Amino acid sequence: MKGWNWDGFFEYLTNTYILEGAAVTLGLTIAAMTLGVVAGCVVALMRMSPFRILSNIAYFYTWLIRGTPLLVQLIIIYTGLPQIGIKFSVLEATLIGLVMNEAAYLSEIIRSGISSVPKGQSNAARAVGMTDVQMMRYIVAPQAARIIIPPLGNSVNGCLKTTSIASIISMEELLRRTQVLIQEKFMVLELFVVAALYYLLMTTAWDLIQRRIERHFGRGYDIKADAAEQR
Amino acid sequence: MQPMIVLEDVDKWYGKNFQVLKSCSLTVSPGEVVVICGPSGSGKSTLIKCVNGLEPVQGGHISVKDMEVTGPRTKLPKLRSHVGMVFQHFDLFPHMTVTENICIGQTRVLGRTQAEAEAKAAALLERVGMSDHARKYPIQLSGGQQQRIAIARALAMDPIAMLFDEPTSALDPEMITEVLDVMVELAKEGMTMMVVTHEMGFARKVADRVVFMDGGEVVEDTPKDEFFASPKSQRAVEFLSKILDH
Repeated sequence: MKGWNWDGFFEYLTNTYILEGAAVTLGLTIAAMTLGVVAGCVVALMRMSPFRILSNIAYFYTWLIRGTPLLVQLIIIYTGLPQIGIKFSVLEATLIGLVMNEAAYLSEIIRSGISSVPKGQSNAARAVGMTDVQMMRYIVAPQAARIIIPPLGNSVNGCLKTTSIASIISMEELLRRTQVLIQEKFMVLELFVVAALYYLLMTTAWDLIQRRIERHFGRGYDIKADAAEQR
Repeated sequence: MQPMIVLEDVDKWYGKNFQVLKSCSLTVSPGEVVVICGPSGSGKSTLIKCVNGLEPVQGGHISVKDMEVTGPRTKLPKLRSHVGMVFQHFDLFPHMTVTENICIGQTRVLGRTQAEAEAKAAALLERVGMSDHARKYPIQLSGGQQQRIAIARALAMDPIAMLFDEPTSALDPEMITEVLDVMVELAKEGMTMMVVTHEMGFARKVADRVVFMDGGEVVEDTPKDEFFASPKSQRAVEFLSKILDH
């Protein structure tokens, strides 16, 4: 039995190779979530569109993506598609897979947020002369955001960890680099604990950010907090 | 004198089988106050929402001043910015303070500066007796207070006419007066008003005409005194006996 190696643990905790891997994980998450929210909005609006064809396409898309594992999708994109002449780099394949996934899940979250805003709000916005775009921007979106943020936060948290699946197509993120070091030094437990701590650090940071965002969009809904702000 | 609001043979269906409005015609002159009443399901709320195009119609014509509501090229946002509307459930924007509620249309739709809008909001809050609540959120206000803010929000756009869709139906009895007081004052200042309401006291006090609807039709359109003294139709007699008896 080897036992726990404190020196090794602290050495890897500040290892730049691993730190860079964590930075890649963070970058992938930010990119996937940003593009995913934009694409998710498009899919959600298509799904809610009165045009049957658009809403069917959106439904088909979410059905397909949510019905298959990301792992399988990544392997198809990176390893399978070259067989028919479509080639992507590791980074491209990873981003395509992650964004497609986030867009599918987020579109449902966004759709439920928009549907939760009462019809009276859009009538009131229209009655003061707002165009549909103004109504969406100033009235519907901020109210939908309050409903969307908690499940969206779940998605960010999930995405931080899901990026590790991309290690299977040799994306050099946190998990992949941890595994590479394990091949060299065999400190399995120490290295995986370091990786786990980095994931925990990033998800915790997101928790704090999410709480601030929730407070911002929660104004007007919490009598106590609103009263304190006015004092 | 050119009429302010004209509805001409307005037809509206929900789906293929249910006709909510049957050839409804109605004219409101500038400065006139017209009360629309009738049993629930008679189409009065639908009718008033057609005036500013919140509900589309399938037949007939509607115009406000010289603007055609029913035309295919009508710029509805522009038209609505000139016509104030107050709803049964207030529908204030919950994520905005009272002042922000009154300013958003002024700045985003009319293009006023924030300072102009806030000055106007302050004046209107004074007028509806809500100056102390400028920085509060709707959730912190009673129903009656919220409805007065909703009236201020509509007035901030300097409307040429005001539409009220059952403005007191969702209020507790003790709050009805504070809202009606504001409306009475508005009527006395000469605002053109279309009011869907069951408040016959209000109708008696300020209405010029009473329109009685039933089953999607305009059954009666008469000067108020005549309506209360001797309604022409049997349906109006029955309706009045039901709501005036207690």
